[in-house]
Amino acid sequence: MTGFNKRELLKAGVAGLAAGELFFGLSPLANGSITALAQSPKRGGAVRAVVHPEPSSLMLGLVQNTPTQMVAGSIYESLLKYGHDLKPIPSLAERWEISEDGKAYTFHLKRNVKWHDGKPFTADDVVFSTDVFLRELHPRWRPVATTHVERIEKLDDFTVRYQLKNPFGPFILMFELSTTPIVPRHLYAGTDYKTNPNNNTPIGTGPFKLAEWTRGSHIKLTRNPDYHVQGLPNLDEIYWQIIPDAAARVVAYETGAVDILTGGTVENFDVAKLAKMKNTAVTGKGWEMIAPLSWLWFNHRQGLMAKKSFRQAVMYGMDRDFAKDVIWNGLARLASGPVSSKTRFYSDKVAAYGFDPAKAKALLKESGYKGEPIRLLALPYGEAWTRWAEAVKQNLTDIGMNIQLVTTDVAGYGQRLSDWDFDLAFTWLSQFGDPALGVARTYVSSNIAKGSPWNNVAGYSNPEVDRLFAEAAAANGEAARQELYTKVQQILVEDLPVAWMLELEFPTIYRSNFNNLIKTATGMNDAFQDAWKA
Amino acid sequence: MNSFLRTFARNRGAVIGLCILVAVVAIAILAPLLYPGSPWRMVHRPFLAPFVLDRAPLGSDTVGRDILAGLVHGSRVSLLIGLVSTLVALLVGVPLGAISGYFGGWVDAALMRVTEFFQTIPSFALAIVIVSILQPSVGSIVLAIAIVSWPPVARLVRGEVLSVRTRDYVQAAIVTGQPVHKVILTEVLPNVVSPVIVLASLMTATAILLESSLSFLGLGDPNVMSWGYMVGSGRSRVLDQWWISFIPGTAIFVTVLALNLIGEGLNDAFNPSLRGRRT
Repeated sequence: MTGFNKRELLKAGVAGLAAGELFFGLSPLANGSITALAQSPKRGGAVRAVVHPEPSSLMLGLVQNTPTQMVAGSIYESLLKYGHDLKPIPSLAERWEISEDGKAYTFHLKRNVKWHDGKPFTADDVVFSTDVFLRELHPRWRPVATTHVERIEKLDDFTVRYQLKNPFGPFILMFELSTTPIVPRHLYAGTDYKTNPNNNTPIGTGPFKLAEWTRGSHIKLTRNPDYHVQGLPNLDEIYWQIIPDAAARVVAYETGAVDILTGGTVENFDVAKLAKMKNTAVTGKGWEMIAPLSWLWFNHRQGLMAKKSFRQAVMYGMDRDFAKDVIWNGLARLASGPVSSKTRFYSDKVAAYGFDPAKAKALLKESGYKGEPIRLLALPYGEAWTRWAEAVKQNLTDIGMNIQLVTTDVAGYGQRLSDWDFDLAFTWLSQFGDPALGVARTYVSSNIAKGSPWNNVAGYSNPEVDRLFAEAAAANGEAARQELYTKVQQILVEDLPVAWMLELEFPTIYRSNFNNLIKTATGMNDAFQDAWKA
Repeated sequence: MNSFLRTFARNRGAVIGLCILVAVVAIAILAPLLYPGSPWRMVHRPFLAPFVLDRAPLGSDTVGRDILAGLVHGSRVSLLIGLVSTLVALLVGVPLGAISGYFGGWVDAALMRVTEFFQTIPSFALAIVIVSILQPSVGSIVLAIAIVSWPPVARLVRGEVLSVRTRDYVQAAIVTGQPVHKVILTEVLPNVVSPVIVLASLMTATAILLESSLSFLGLGDPNVMSWGYMVGSGRSRVLDQWWISFIPGTAIFVTVLALNLIGEGLNDAFNPSLRGRRT
């Protein structure tokens, strides 16, 4: 046992024993009002939250986009949850062990868990979900299972072991709800998963059950009386309201029609306005797993973008503080490099790029730029992104670049990135808690392939970077991984394959009389297990 | 000509409209002198109210761009797109209508079916589709507006030509053996021009509205400042910082109204049967 593993075990044990305390609101993380600290949780009540856009399905094993995660997060569960520091917390697994060589992960499951239809939950469900169902269908679990997992075995009815082919540091993060949602074996084994009628009436182990879904209006979840944590959940009902227009969502909150505006459902400037309302709390927490990081892609296949001086000119020419303060209303942090400060193995020991138009002009001259038109592809995700593209265009125009702004719809944007048909392009991507999961994919040369907007679309290739990412993913032990990741961050920041912009925050706005809402790194996805209404 | 001007001038609304239009055109021409910098420059604190700062008499928008500068530069785009797309629509609609009306028979039937095909599609929806497919730019917007606005021109010209071609002077020209294109150009078209001019002035107004609507929906040329864009970009702030949308909206309203008033004045002046109606 390494120190790390002991600590994990200890924490798991403590959390299991002290569950009552945790649920009693002693954690100040998500409490909007200080008085709530002294109160004990109240049973009962309903909460109305906004989800946008409407989920296409609530079967989390099949669909994993954000709206589905938020709603289905109260219906399904996985083995673990993660705190704001990305450390694992028990969920369906009450404790776990990692072997010393980093190749065997053993999970001990809770024993009193029942599916919503009353059938008992056992290790068979876990093995079926991760070895059969998700291995076949899940875009993020499937490659990990194929590359790193040797076998998944049931040791007894409540113990499951994952035997890996090689040490894989981020494996402990794979038991997050949207990565490995546990689905009921008794309803899915031997069926055609995609057409199984149970997809419309999802059966999970979570604190709430699906009661009613009126398309275009709302999704109603009701309390699961047989939930495996005694006395929970506190709330009786959750109404997920579907309101397609951003301005209408603001009005719905102002008039009291909804209690929670989930991250990204209102425009940035409205956040400041709503935050001033009485009985309202705003938190940027709950996005640590995603840790949205935004940057400008350079298309390294165009002559100029291949030049470091040109890329640096762009970086020095952008007023990122302006973007942070004016466009994101201060709800962001300047990104220092490829890894978000919320993600594991972040290092701030890297070169810094400030806003320096004079230096940018000099570098631009050095690159041999002669006023050729440069296309800047904006991200069609709403007003803030459009304004941001306009501001960057103006910044770069000021240092002497000839920028043509290109706007498209979401499909057109994805198409252009996939076809490498851009010069500069906005994007933001998830980090998934670990550089091996959410960072390396953007920079390693094995990930250069037409057809996806999420891979190394810049076409950046550096053998040293490839090697460091590969070694770091397979290294055993946090210290060894940190050293390799620090090195790769230094190389990347010096080389500037893309221009990092901001670590974004998608604040959740809610009434302060709701307590214990956001307590994990996946925020609203598992917000209601022990939430209560004062 | 004098009587034409006199009739036009008798319509006070038309004169006011003309004055407004002249002023807008002057602003558009002088824009680079009035505001030499780019209207996209973020020069002020965001959300400044009008009349608060002398340097920003009409305030600033969501990211601190000067609203007056945007208004001045936006006039160029709105007028340019209005005029050019009308011109293109006329270049398509007038010849089609003239040929259709003059030759009649199967030519007429064929061309009118094509025209009806375009008329049955909701014009704004079609414009949105065209701009989305071609990517938003001044060129694609002009094209989209022209494509949706030529059918009424063709139908109007056809109707007029149908009646004019039976007149004696046209018949005389045909009998004297003038070539067809000469008959159409010198005898027929000059006599259908007045309703077309009236229609053109109204079309320009509609084109400005169409361009504004497209920009409002985010389908404007992202590289040029236009009034519709300004309204659209301030839309989400309309409850708190209403002026960001209201000011450019007023500019659109006033300009479109001016063009409509002028159209009405032209109609009075061209249409002898109405001459003196207002006296």
